[in-house]
Amino acid sequence: MAELNQDSGGGKKGGKVRAKKSGGKVDLTAMVDLAFLLITFFMLTTSLNKPQAMDIAMPDKNKMDANDNLEIADNRSITLLLGSDNKISWYYGQLANPIYPPTTVDYSKEGIRKVLQQMKAEVPKRAGADKDLIVVIRPSEKSITRNLIDVLDEMKIVDIKRYMISKINDEEIEVLKSESLFND
Amino acid sequence: MARAKVKRQSTSIDMTAMCDVSFLLLTFFVLTATARQPEVMPVDTPASTTLDKLPDDNLGVITVKGEKIFFGVKNPEVRVETLRNMSSKYSIAFSEEEYEKFKAIDEVGVPIKNLRQLLSLDNDKRTEQIQTGIPVDSTENVSNELYHWVQQARIATISYNRNREAEDNDFVDPGPMKVAIKADAGEKYPSINLIIETLRNQKQNKFSFVTGLRAAE
Repeated sequence: MAELNQDSGGGKKGGKVRAKKSGGKVDLTAMVDLAFLLITFFMLTTSLNKPQAMDIAMPDKNKMDANDNLEIADNRSITLLLGSDNKISWYYGQLANPIYPPTTVDYSKEGIRKVLQQMKAEVPKRAGADKDLIVVIRPSEKSITRNLIDVLDEMKIVDIKRYMISKINDEEIEVLKSESLFND
Repeated sequence: MARAKVKRQSTSIDMTAMCDVSFLLLTFFVLTATARQPEVMPVDTPASTTLDKLPDDNLGVITVKGEKIFFGVKNPEVRVETLRNMSSKYSIAFSEEEYEKFKAIDEVGVPIKNLRQLLSLDNDKRTEQIQTGIPVDSTENVSNELYHWVQQARIATISYNRNREAEDNDFVDPGPMKVAIKADAGEKYPSINLIIETLRNQKQNKFSFVTGLRAAE
């Protein structure tokens, strides 16, 4: 600090007098400001850097019988087929005899979220007050991780309690193909 | 006279000490922030609105990108224990030196028979390119190495936690190891499905997806 106090006076005579007048101190306020700004930055980034964990629970696997499928009521379940190009095809009821036939939507707020909100309100009216919506998520092999995470995230946003991830079957792949959502 | 003296006094405070302290803190944060090891295979995780943080300990992470699978256990002690179990499972012997090296590696992505070769390399040579990924399939046989890595890590976690509990009265058993899947956002579903089925085959029905934070809409 001694060096700073001397104020590196340029002149021989006048310089000395001036240095005494100015008090011989460097204003460190700006430096302290900067240091604290950087501290704040590093503190926040180190704690915010931690990634998030989205918990998933799958049902127990029946290894004896791979065709052991759970029967769920037609009028309670909608099925989301995750296709390529960030698009979803969804239908209500059974595929062979759907209440709402397959329709293509995207992952936006206006797309899948609107459908889920609408169906969440509609299903208890059709199936009975205590029967809430069941969402079956079927990712096709052309869908990507982001699609699956987005759909699971929508479940949380729309607050759907019952949903499951299950295997897509051949008829549903045909649906995706017919809507050209099965591209590489 | 008194007034004049007050006026002559400098209004600036001596900031030297404050500056010292703040830079000391700054140095501390900079050093701790950069101490984290760079990942071998950086992955662009998808974003979600989930707010739950990924635990630091008691966790096994399966990283997948471009059908290449890496596996790592967070706790170094458990990591070594896992390798000991794997060594007896696959009848591949490792030296104590190799165990020490393995302790320092966050995650590996090679078939177990190539692991010794990987460990013999220098730290900066263990790049993503030379690691071909852990073999995985839909069976529960030895060919599905990921299955056994996860299983042995779970077994190692249990024995580690039990030992800690016996030694240290204050230690609270954190329960079974958690499994997280860290998948690239653009990863196609079949490789995710293989991992999920591998986990389900050993009744590890609960797991997490590692995601980034999505900005509020």
